[in-house]
Amino acid sequence: MEIFKTLIDWLSLLAIPVMILVFIGYGYLKKVRVYEVFVEGAKEGFDVGVKIIPYLVAMLMAIGMFRASGALDFLTWAVSPITNLIGMAPELLPMALMRPLSGSGSLGVMTELMNTHGVDSLIGFTASTMYGSTETTFYVVAVYFGAVGIRKTRYAITAGLMADAAGLITAVLISQLMF
Amino acid sequence: MLNHIWFWMIIASLFIAGINDIRNSSNPVKPDTTEEVAKAEKKESLNEKTYLGKVTSGAINAAELGVKIAIGLIGVMAMWLGIMKVAEEAGMIKKLGHLVRPITKRLFPSIPEDHPAIGSMIMNIAANMLGLSNAATPLGLKAMEELQKLNPEKDTASNDMITFLVINTSAITLIPASAIAIRASLGSASPQAIIVPAIMSATVATIVGLIVVKTLHHFNAKKIEKKNS
Repeated sequence: MEIFKTLIDWLSLLAIPVMILVFIGYGYLKKVRVYEVFVEGAKEGFDVGVKIIPYLVAMLMAIGMFRASGALDFLTWAVSPITNLIGMAPELLPMALMRPLSGSGSLGVMTELMNTHGVDSLIGFTASTMYGSTETTFYVVAVYFGAVGIRKTRYAITAGLMADAAGLITAVLISQLMF
Repeated sequence: MLNHIWFWMIIASLFIAGINDIRNSSNPVKPDTTEEVAKAEKKESLNEKTYLGKVTSGAINAAELGVKIAIGLIGVMAMWLGIMKVAEEAGMIKKLGHLVRPITKRLFPSIPEDHPAIGSMIMNIAANMLGLSNAATPLGLKAMEELQKLNPEKDTASNDMITFLVINTSAITLIPASAIAIRASLGSASPQAIIVPAIMSATVATIVGLIVVKTLHHFNAKKIEKKNS
């Protein structure tokens, strides 16, 4: 485990420098006018940033309101009979519900759970596994589709949330097995 | 779908905040000592005390945050788009796409061979796995741009886009760095113990996501076929 982590840490550290070296270096060898081409590509960066603003504001506004209203407590109460069936502690439900909505929010819930129940308790362990098991679906949908101006997302959210649910439930079950 | 989720999230927030406020005002928490009374009166305005006030400031803060995130993205976005453009001109992105063709052929059957979308998507997935979030988002957005070029309906998500998105939202990260860092800071005996269970959970999420997407693609195609015949 320790070796695996060191290996990946080094790989992460080296990835970007190597990528820049190889791409720019290879381009130079292929006689690409590297500076001119870089600038031409980079000028689109501004447009992308501006383009995602309306999508991001719409999404974050709804999520911000939802979090502030105390709706999460209500949802926790409503969903807990189902999650009790797989032996999931009710304390973990806010974590599961927050994960697809907000990255910083779920990081906060995770820290809070580990503080109150102990880092190496089952709840602390499960919460951090849950955090690592999926991404913030709503944010990804807003940014990725926003960047290319797609408003009709079809079943992207449904599929994303089902994947999240599968990942979160697996995290709970595996943590129970490992403990 | 998103129309419904968005609408109901907002309506539920307002409704639940209202109920919470009514409940709180009908049986307010009575401060015990005069000292506490003075403190409560001085400290909290109605805006901070009520749920509806919190929802209002939640909405406004989120709107500001949205702009902050988008503007903050411009720099790294420009950098990666520049690097990717150089790589593209040199023919590297195509080569990369060619290399992983055996895998991506199944996942994205409608993308023509040698299309730069493949190379961008692979680089995004690799960056996600390594936890390089600064690189992953710009590369992912670059991939979306390439996918948009192949998309016949410019305001509607294509099948390939949805597949790519689901791979992204269930992103497999080899080292969940922020979770490990917090575990370590709280004095865990083995902060890295979550690596394997997290990878396993994310893998299940990705597989389930792909099955759901492929099934929905399939039914959708049949529906269109029926309509046309």
